[in-house]
Amino acid sequence: MPKDSGIGASPKRREDVRFLTGTGNYTDDINLNGQAYVHFLRSDVAHGRLVSVDTSDAAAMPGVVRIFTGADFEGVGGLPCGWQVTDRFGEVMQEPAHPVLAQGKVRHVGDPIAAVVADTPEQARDAAEAIAVEMEELPAVINMKEAVKDGATKVHDDLTSNLCYDWGFVEENREAVDKAIQDAAHVTTLELVNNRLVANPMEPRVAVGDFNRATGESTLYTTSQNPHVIRLLMGAFVLGIPEHKLRVVAPDVGGGFGSKIFHYAEEAFCTFAAKALNRAVKWTSSRSEAFMSDAHGRDHVTKIELALDADNNFTALRTETYANMGAYLSTFAPSVPTWLHGTLMAGNYKTPLIYVNVKAVFTNTVAVDAYRGAGRPEATYQLERVIDKAARELGVDPIALRRQNFITEFPYATPVAVEYDTGDYVATMDKLEEIADLSGFAARRAASEAKGKLRGLGVNCYIEACGIAPSNLVGQLGARAGLYESATVRVNATGGIVVMTGSHSHGQGHETSFPQVIADMIGIPEDMVEIEHGDTANTPMGMGTYGSRSLAVGGSAMVRATEKIIAKAKKIAAHILEASDADIELKDGQFTVAGTDKSLAWGDVTLAAYVPHNYPLEDIEPGLEETAFYDPANFTYPSGAYACEVEVDPDTGKVTIESFAAADDFGNIVNPMIVDGQVHGGIGQGIGQALLEGCVYDEDGQLLSASFMDYAMPRADDLPFYKVDHSCQTPCTHNPLGVKGCGEAGAIGTPPAVVNAVVDALQSAGKDVTHIDMPLSPARVWAAMNG
Amino acid sequence: MVKVTMTVNGRTASGEVEGRTLLSGFLREELGLTGTHVGCDTSQCGACVVHVDGKAVKSCTMLAAEADGAEIATIEGQAAPDGTLNVIQQAFQDHHGLQCGFCTPGMVMSAAALLKDNPKPSEQEIREYLEGNLCRCTGYHNIVKAIMAASGQDVSAVAAE
Repeated sequence: MPKDSGIGASPKRREDVRFLTGTGNYTDDINLNGQAYVHFLRSDVAHGRLVSVDTSDAAAMPGVVRIFTGADFEGVGGLPCGWQVTDRFGEVMQEPAHPVLAQGKVRHVGDPIAAVVADTPEQARDAAEAIAVEMEELPAVINMKEAVKDGATKVHDDLTSNLCYDWGFVEENREAVDKAIQDAAHVTTLELVNNRLVANPMEPRVAVGDFNRATGESTLYTTSQNPHVIRLLMGAFVLGIPEHKLRVVAPDVGGGFGSKIFHYAEEAFCTFAAKALNRAVKWTSSRSEAFMSDAHGRDHVTKIELALDADNNFTALRTETYANMGAYLSTFAPSVPTWLHGTLMAGNYKTPLIYVNVKAVFTNTVAVDAYRGAGRPEATYQLERVIDKAARELGVDPIALRRQNFITEFPYATPVAVEYDTGDYVATMDKLEEIADLSGFAARRAASEAKGKLRGLGVNCYIEACGIAPSNLVGQLGARAGLYESATVRVNATGGIVVMTGSHSHGQGHETSFPQVIADMIGIPEDMVEIEHGDTANTPMGMGTYGSRSLAVGGSAMVRATEKIIAKAKKIAAHILEASDADIELKDGQFTVAGTDKSLAWGDVTLAAYVPHNYPLEDIEPGLEETAFYDPANFTYPSGAYACEVEVDPDTGKVTIESFAAADDFGNIVNPMIVDGQVHGGIGQGIGQALLEGCVYDEDGQLLSASFMDYAMPRADDLPFYKVDHSCQTPCTHNPLGVKGCGEAGAIGTPPAVVNAVVDALQSAGKDVTHIDMPLSPARVWAAMNG
Repeated sequence: MVKVTMTVNGRTASGEVEGRTLLSGFLREELGLTGTHVGCDTSQCGACVVHVDGKAVKSCTMLAAEADGAEIATIEGQAAPDGTLNVIQQAFQDHHGLQCGFCTPGMVMSAAALLKDNPKPSEQEIREYLEGNLCRCTGYHNIVKAIMAASGQDVSAVAAE
């Protein structure tokens, strides 16, 4: 029987009621008295020198309050980068300035040149069209390999080149890997592109800045996954506002997928302008604006080589990647192709020698940063594609080749500097074979062929590293932040609880799942627990939600704080029951003295904490409120095996997903319904990447896919029902809940399964096709078949 | 400026709008009905779907002036006065058909229009009908399942709860 409450149950989500009745409170729903509206005039060229920006005509237009240009921000800090990568020669990365509004040059289509503040959004937009910009257009650098050639046009004149860094990992292994590849019985090589994507949460970004002249306090309402991070970055590095005078609120947020982690220019602008004008200033992104101002994801060009011995054991792996940074370094951009990518190259396999080289490159495109998975999908895609190619070259079953090379003993220290605590890759593959009915594939292929369709099966594994991460470790790796999480557990006098968490929910359902944990720990109904998040004014300093970290890190902080609560409550109970602390047990919301029938209800103890008449005042303070900061001891390592079956129309190249199955190991599960939903969403985005989505710039740097008319978002009829299973559970050994994280798995594990399936389908028809770059549009598949 | 009067969720609503004011803007900014969301500027995403005289309409594609005299239904009017969710809303909650909630108002309004015309749609009919409603969170699995359930179909065979 499924549980009906607590850990392992799937209560209906309490946040759904407001979302289903139109009573959510998203940032664009916030309107402050007397607010003005800003419209950003953005560059329509990829690269240019600003000769002059004449705002005089625009300033005289109706309703215009003030027009800001780069000159207004000369004394203001630029947008900071939160991660400094050190290259393979020991030098720190090149780090260009990133002004709030362009100063001197524009570096990508969408770079903001001026900001018009007016009484209405329409007036602001109309006036922006009247600004006269004189621009000396410069050649754009778009292609990464061209950008790093000698003599290439530089995106930043003050840097030595367009190379941000040339990273080697593990550098000491470089020669040994070269030799192992040279000596191998077989080497499979694959060159591929991990296509540039746009996260596209359905809610576009919004920022509302406010200023209270009486208190000197600034407030920013913003669509963020991590309001405390924005407060710190914007306050300390851009605007010079101390935290006690700056409040950042991220209310209901309509999806993030990474793109709402970063500190953006528009947030700083609205906060700055509200103070300058003593008036609230609101910006609502249009979708077209989002395409050219939200940080993009992926965009790697990679060559990977897998060496095998004569018995098909993996002996070495070498990869070389060009990673697009875009025109500026977004908040966590440098970490994505390095520490979130190189460290995952072992995958599920005991390859003894690995070398990863990454060249991060500036181009005249929008900044690229973390998007669901962030480095881990790029690692998984190349690894699982090259393994599949190797199996086909060697004439062995792709699943058998994987099984043969699985890591089977844990903990396992990889040659790329991480230690997997637990996993069971055989079990997830066994489960996958069962739920995907792989033994029935031949019959399904025959049925498809009878209809004139080519059917393919693609299988792959993935490992990911979640719950980022031990602060001292990431500090050594260049992070300019700690990566703990926080929780304050406030117990009220009558026993109800409010948890103030530094995690942030923008679709993940924390308001439902977090109370399940506390309800289990204390033995009270979930509806006695409320979750507060998203407002720096009433939550402890926290690092927010990304990297599948909320439960593993934020949930652990909540557990630690609740443990402190329980310990104190037991002391109070012991005093009232005239027993020793050590003899008090808490079960089902009742404190009992072990071995006796003496007991007290949870509410009696919480009331005593606030009405401390019969209370050990000489030993402990009144009240029942505790805070914990939890710093993880390691990453967590979810893993799984995915299977995709496709049909390819040989006449048109159109690919349809016929079935998709995912067997994941997320460790312990708090809410299976929510976990299923996270996996579904990740699979949907993964199929989107594999078949549909691609962000395209032309050679001049014009963004060709700048709206939903051009950028192919997955729609309901592009996708099937999915079979998902997470019954394989090897609990994490180093966090108190034994949880691993599930938010990104689908987006990581899915793309290689789809591409492997299409290659399988084409090869089944005798086509000599070993790889097609994503997205596998009908045109690309048809060309591959008929090339 | 143009004066418009329409019935919104059973109540008369009037306002002065510019000729270019969209129905979505009128609902959100003038009437404060912020449940209708705007997720794009090319009429692709469907977060703004409302019913105009009983038909599903993307309110970002219609001028407020065009809706003069019309009967408008929005997400705010879907639950019963005592707050009880309607069948479709309840099915979305029961089957986890929403995550961030941003596309949800449009999904619910589109689903209502579908079920009015086609009370027992097949999975494929639902998927095709939702062509104009984008969701980035759910991979559509639980949305399709919720709409099937709302139409009274047994969804226990659909993988994963």
